Amino acid sequence: MDTALQTPPQPDVQRLLDEHSSRELLRLVVVGSVDDGKSTLIGRLLYECDGLFEDQISAVKKASAKRAAARTEVPTEVLAQGLKVAAGAEDEELDFSLFTDGLKAEREQGITIDVAYRYLSTGKRKVIIADTPGHIQYTRNMATGASTADAAVILVDARLGVLPQTRRHAYIASLLGIPYLAVAVNKMDLVGFDRATFERIGQELADFAYTLGFEGVRLFPVSASRGDNITRPSARTPWHEGGTLLGWLESLPHQRRLDNAAFRFPVQYVLRPHQDYRGLAGQVASGTVRVGDEVQVLPSGRRTRVAGIDTFDGPLEEASAPASVTLRLADEVDASRGDLLSHVDEPPLALHQLDAMLVWFGEQPLDLSRRYLVKQTTRTAPAQVERILWRKELEDLSEVPAESLSLNDIGKVRLVCRRPLLADPYRENRRTGAFIIIDALTHDTVGAGMVLGAADSGTRGAVEASLVSSAERRARLGQPGAIVLLPSYPEAASRAFELERSLFDQGRHVATVAGDVEVALALAGAGLVALVHTEAPQTRRVLRAEARDSGVAWLELDASEDAKRQVERVLALGENGK
Amino acid sequence: MSENTLARTTHLAELEAESIHILRETVAEFANPVMLYSIGKDSQVLLHLARKAFHPAPLPFPLLHVDTTWKFRDMYTFRDAFVARHGLNLLVHQNRRALAEGINPFDHGSQKYTHAMKTQALLEALSQHGFDAAFGGARRDEEKSRAKERVFSFRDRHGQWDPRRQRPELWNLYNGRVDAGESMRVFPLSNWTELDVWHYVLRERIPVVPLYFAAERPVIDRNGTLLMVDDERMRLRPGEKPTLRRVRFRTLGCYPLSGAIESSATTVEAVIHEMVNARQSERQGRLIDHDEEGSMELKKREGYF
Repeated sequence: MDTALQTPPQPDVQRLLDEHSSRELLRLVVVGSVDDGKSTLIGRLLYECDGLFEDQISAVKKASAKRAAARTEVPTEVLAQGLKVAAGAEDEELDFSLFTDGLKAEREQGITIDVAYRYLSTGKRKVIIADTPGHIQYTRNMATGASTADAAVILVDARLGVLPQTRRHAYIASLLGIPYLAVAVNKMDLVGFDRATFERIGQELADFAYTLGFEGVRLFPVSASRGDNITRPSARTPWHEGGTLLGWLESLPHQRRLDNAAFRFPVQYVLRPHQDYRGLAGQVASGTVRVGDEVQVLPSGRRTRVAGIDTFDGPLEEASAPASVTLRLADEVDASRGDLLSHVDEPPLALHQLDAMLVWFGEQPLDLSRRYLVKQTTRTAPAQVERILWRKELEDLSEVPAESLSLNDIGKVRLVCRRPLLADPYRENRRTGAFIIIDALTHDTVGAGMVLGAADSGTRGAVEASLVSSAERRARLGQPGAIVLLPSYPEAASRAFELERSLFDQGRHVATVAGDVEVALALAGAGLVALVHTEAPQTRRVLRAEARDSGVAWLELDASEDAKRQVERVLALGENGK
Repeated sequence: MSENTLARTTHLAELEAESIHILRETVAEFANPVMLYSIGKDSQVLLHLARKAFHPAPLPFPLLHVDTTWKFRDMYTFRDAFVARHGLNLLVHQNRRALAEGINPFDHGSQKYTHAMKTQALLEALSQHGFDAAFGGARRDEEKSRAKERVFSFRDRHGQWDPRRQRPELWNLYNGRVDAGESMRVFPLSNWTELDVWHYVLRERIPVVPLYFAAERPVIDRNGTLLMVDDERMRLRPGEKPTLRRVRFRTLGCYPLSGAIESSATTVEAVIHEMVNARQSERQGRLIDHDEEGSMELKKREGYF
């Protein structure tokens, strides 16, 4: 081999590799209505982050010109000219949606009909983008893309504003437990980059989105086709100080929630290469396990200790989600696929009868007399839907009675399983709280579910059963029961006490609560104003959702408001009848 | 190089954990799985992950090489040595009828050739052995229609793929239910990119075929594609004369259908360096993808991987 031509050591390769290896994964879902320009936005992101290659770009240039020519029925002799023009076209004029519309049928119809996954590397992140269709009949695809996402981008057409399906998308994103939401107000170029238009849409959607329990909501005025505020701040929106979409993606906290949750290890497969070795292979669904930990095997409840954590690369002292490992147990306890290991003091629920939110995908409607299979973690159990508690009316997001669920319907159901599911409420654990429903005959995946809890469970029972109505309490106390969540700033406790003093001085019945959801709900249920402060994102999320479900008045204060403004907002709670 | 990778959940560690989960899930839910082995870098990574997934037990499934007989000689050498060293159970399947009929990449065009030697051969092998699940190393970043591929990709009794009948796939819950005769193609590397694969090859020191690294090789330039003259079966057109050029391959397949790139990268690091600066996608050298717009989609519908 000619050594003179041998590649010299590349110092920048090592740096690049270090950079690449320290990057964390972010899973993003992008949703929008049919013509909101979603594919264009994703194409633009890929293009500007160098996620596309020259041959892909030139193929798209060719196809762009061909399609444009076909649409306008240009004679073939002019087509060659068209190709030339397109090949030399400015980036702004490229049809970016062609980068991402994968299947032939879609390219012909100009719509996206299935979830496509795209990969993007920024300086700080590796991003997996689920590109999901926004048609109402494709709810299932959105739910699919959202199921694994850490963050969502919802597109809104600046000319049309917030549509019912925009609310629907936000609702589904929240249902699937996505903590962070960005609203991209697209086609700003078509409204002259008008600030008032942007702010009106933004405010309308943000107010709504907060009630859905997102951890953070951000707004961006963008033009996907022209590239404003996607990866570069736009000179055409000098009034926008919220940065770019890419900047937001890079700044999101990496999702480590599963590491901090209770330890859950669904047994996937038993490894028994010889008589002296028996290992339980699986992926840590949440939390951390250490050698020597006392664990229980569920559903049997047999207790033992972790004798070893094995991997191909050698034994480990501890393993955290999402590692795939093999556990050896100290005793000869029976454990097989579908069983779950937890610490003894933090067991999951064992649910025969459970309430769950269900998204229906089946061509055939949900049939209460039919037996289905539920797959949850590594466990598959025969199950039946006993009753439908309500269906979500997606037009206005109200809850209506229902006999069945049809394709793309969402509802709350009561499920009865032949064998117990070892689960946590989805809100607390997206791994162990999720399940799919399989038609036992056709084997199609016909539904996706999110565990709410044991049937008939819930802390609100006592309040609901009370003989004193909330209206009576309100009449007596002169105020509605309410939960007020303070911003997540470090001095929240002292701010809460100051606020409590001011409100008390103005005649309110008020109490301060340090992050206890149950206490806050109980106080609000009794007619008091509960001022809650907590920095824990999990608690904040749970509180928003619980408050919504319980129907008490709800207010979230903003860090940018001063004390006076905050007092005013709390006092206003009773006035508009909310 | 692989220090402390589980403690810090970097994206490679997360991808590795996800792939292992998929491998185990398949073996747990299917009676008779097989792993497609193409000898390429993605196959090597997939095989490495499989060894990790079932360690310390041996692989609970055989490997299947669908052999067109037109692979590079280096690939056969590498395959035989690698299989012998690790004591792997490798099945090799060829479409004997097509071979007897003399189907080849020169006379029959890449479409017909690929259908006979790869798609047909694969379907034949799967049904002969009664495999109900087959692992493949395909990634979603490779090609447009792949971007919509499921991790568990359902195939009907004829081994065919219908994009409109794919099962929704949520969370990490894969539906592995099939009836007799139906099967699943499983893609544990779905979420990996080309850069991830190379980085993992480097980190885990995974051996790959030397053709991925630059060396002097006899090539001809045909309409801008550099084709290697790997043996005497290569049909030269009038005026074509092999010259020695320093080239390597980004993807490997049948040598008359695999385009080389000029390169001086002789190490994995150098390959990564070139790739990051490259402006061409890896499938660009694959002549079979360019037959017509949407050609991969058509092949997949017919049963191609």
